[in-house]
This record gives sequence, structure tokens and C-alpha cells, in this order.
Amino acid sequence: MKNYKSALRAIVFLTALILLLIPGLKAQSEFPVRPEPQRLVNDFAGVLSGEQQAVLENKLVGFNQKTSTQIAIVIVKSLSGYDKADFAVKLSEKWGIGQKGKNNGILILVKPKVGQERGEVFVAVGYGLEAVVPDAVARQSIVGAELLPAFKQNDYYTGLDRSTDVLMSLTAGEYTADQYVNAVHKRKSKSSGFVIMLIVLAVIFLAQRRSSAYGIGSGQGFLGTLLLMDLLGGNRGGGSWNDFSGGGGSSGGESFGGFGGGSFGGGGAGGSW
Amino acid sequence: MKRTGLIVLIVIAVLIFWGFSWGVSTGNKMVTMDEGVSASWSQVENVYQRRSDLIPNLVNTVKGYADFEKSTLTAVIEARAKATQITVDPTKLTPASMQQFQQAQGGLSSALGRLMVVAEKYPDLKANEGFLNLQAQLEGTENRITVERQKFNETARTYNTYIRQFPQMFIASMRNFEKKAYFEAEKGADKAPKVQF
Repeated sequence: MKNYKSALRAIVFLTALILLLIPGLKAQSEFPVRPEPQRLVNDFAGVLSGEQQAVLENKLVGFNQKTSTQIAIVIVKSLSGYDKADFAVKLSEKWGIGQKGKNNGILILVKPKVGQERGEVFVAVGYGLEAVVPDAVARQSIVGAELLPAFKQNDYYTGLDRSTDVLMSLTAGEYTADQYVNAVHKRKSKSSGFVIMLIVLAVIFLAQRRSSAYGIGSGQGFLGTLLLMDLLGGNRGGGSWNDFSGGGGSSGGESFGGFGGGSFGGGGAGGSW
Repeated sequence: MKRTGLIVLIVIAVLIFWGFSWGVSTGNKMVTMDEGVSASWSQVENVYQRRSDLIPNLVNTVKGYADFEKSTLTAVIEARAKATQITVDPTKLTPASMQQFQQAQGGLSSALGRLMVVAEKYPDLKANEGFLNLQAQLEGTENRITVERQKFNETARTYNTYIRQFPQMFIASMRNFEKKAYFEAEKGADKAPKVQF
């Protein structure tokens, strides 16, 4: 009897472990993992100096706090075989650049030129900013006029600095931080099912107390497992990192409050050199 | 003995109630998901519409170049006319209607692709500001089409998986929730025009 119980406990534990690990396994892919703490400037290829990164980061964090609009820079070593537009949109959606509901995020994705490999750049514009940064403007005023000329000189910082200035002036009037309402964390209520579950358990527990008086075995293991699995399942859904709500509204320190869960529809433009 | 019987009765009643409320909430969830699929479908139609709206401008700009190949232009105009005729009711996303839609839009994609290839031969046209703008917009629209199609496929897949899984499939068949068709990956000829700069 004791062996059976400890085996059951081991199974429950293993199931719990597997359930907890599944989301972690899913998140693993070719895409760069969103760093913790979150930053707006992410140089995975090492083309910017620490100081340059800090200057850009400060500028963009300040803009985020004023307007809630999030302009992120991601520099990657490789596009892992993706088209640059596809990569940029998928990455932006994954990280959730911009605020949820407003979708006011912009991503400047850069793959630097290395030897014979072409350099690639794409400016992805969130749904909410497509009107102020139309594709033709993104292509001519940002990619064509600012990014490509500087990138061709191997001067990544100047290109990024100037293009973010242009983007900031284009988007400045569109959203303000006061409009920003913390996205209510809509946690799916499981309470009704849960209450019924508790009632059933209570009844069964009562019945068991009676039946054990007659010497019928102690079988609470299976139901206990079910309940545990249900609880774990619930947590798994609620803790999804897509629900992350950014801190654009707080005006505290210099640090970036986090991405807000904005969405992208393929707007923007790119180029290569 | 009497009390045991009562307890069993209570358990059965609670289970029935539980099952019923589960059925209702599952059905409601399916309604929400079904609406989600319809919403992503209208996004898909929006972006195709956006492309369709760009074409008259594009045709007018290109027409200005007197010696531009007439046959390419008429092909684009005809393909556009054909594509705008076919719309799909989001509640009837069957494989057949989906294929029809995809074929018509694919025809327009390849006609546009040819037009862009031909345009390469006209240096004056390629320097034209208006044409460059249109090219950027067209490229952006093709990106949007790709994105919205992917998003549609994702929502449709989530919905299809949900309604076909045990035990939800019973509720789905009781309330007539049907499987939605996907966008298929397109064959070489129908690929979106890759506009090179």
C-alpha cells in the first residue's frame, strides 16, 4: 500500500514537472530570446559600443515614458533563413513591442554586413502607427535616407540614432502616456468549475470517511491527482508571458518598464546593402 | 445505508450539473473562437482589398509611359476584376471556397509580378517618384498579406484543434461547428511578386 502511494506521488510530481516544462520548451526557437531585464536596444551582434547602446536606450526609454510608443532596436547575427520582413514581424509580435490595444510599436531589425554576406535591415511598424509611418515613408525617409547610407559606411550608430529621431518626430503626436491605461490582466476565471470541483471533492471525502469506517481502501489518490493537474493546467494558461503589461504609464526611474504586447501586421519597409 | 444512497445521488446530481455547465461554457468558447476566425478572415480580406485599391493608381502611373507593354497591363486589370468578384463568407470557409479565393488572388499576384519584372526594363519609370511610392506600398501590402494569412491560419488551427478534440467534439457536433479551411502554401508560379530595389 505504501509503495503504491509513493509511486503515485512520483507520477504526480513528474506530470507536474512536464507540464511546467512544456511552455519553456516551446519558447525555444531561432528567435532571440527577450532579455531580462527587458531593453529597447538589443545588440546581439556586437556592432555598437556600450556607450552608444546606453545613449540610444536612454533616448528611446524617455520617448516611451512620454508617449508610450515603443521603438526597439534589435541587431542579430543571422536571420536564420527567414525573409527580413517575416523575421521582423514575428520577433516584434513575440516580444510584444508597443502597447496592447494601441499597437504602437516599431522595430528596427538589423543584420549587419559580414564579409560577402549582405546586410539587411527592416523597419517594422505596428498596426497603430501605420498611418503616421506609411510604407513609402519608411522606405524613403528612414531606410533610404538614414539607415542605408550610414550602414554602407559601417556606421551603425549614426544610422540608428538619426532614424530613431525621424521616427520619434513622426510618431510623437500620435499617442500620449496619459491615454495609456494599464491593460487589465484578463485572467480567465476558473472559479465556477473550481467551486463545483470542491463540492464534489468534499462529498467524496465525506463518503470516503464513512466507507473507510467499513474498511474500504483509501482511494483519494486518483482524485487528488486530477485536482492537482487541473490546478497546474490553470496556472499554465494564466502565466503566459504574452499577457505581460508594460509600465509605460509609470514615470519613475530611467529604466524601461517592459514591452506592452503590441501587435504587427507587416507594415514598414526594408532594404539591403 | 440510507445516507450512502443520498450521497451517491448528490454526487450524480453535482456531476450532471457540472457536465451541463461545462457543455455551455465549452459551446460559448467555441462561439468566441469562431468569431475570432471570422475576424482574422476579414483582416485577410482587408489586406487583399488594399492591394486591389493600389492597382488603379499603379496602372495609371505605368500607362503614362507610352511604350509600356499593353498586354501586361490588361492582364493585371483582368486579374484584378476576377479577384474582386470572389469573396468568401467567413461562416462558409470550406476548402473549395478557399481554393477559389486563393486561385483568383494568386492570379493577380502573378500578373502583378510580371508587371514588376517588365517595369525593370524602363529606367525612366523606375526613377519616377510616384512609381517608387507605389512599389513601396505594394511591397508592404504583400508583407501584410503574408502576415494576415499566417495569423488566419493560426486562429483557424487553434479553433479546428479545439472543436475536434475529445471531449469538446461532442459539443461541436451538437452545435454544428465546422472545420475551417486553411491557406495552402502557394506553388511557385503563384508566389507574391518579390520587388527588388
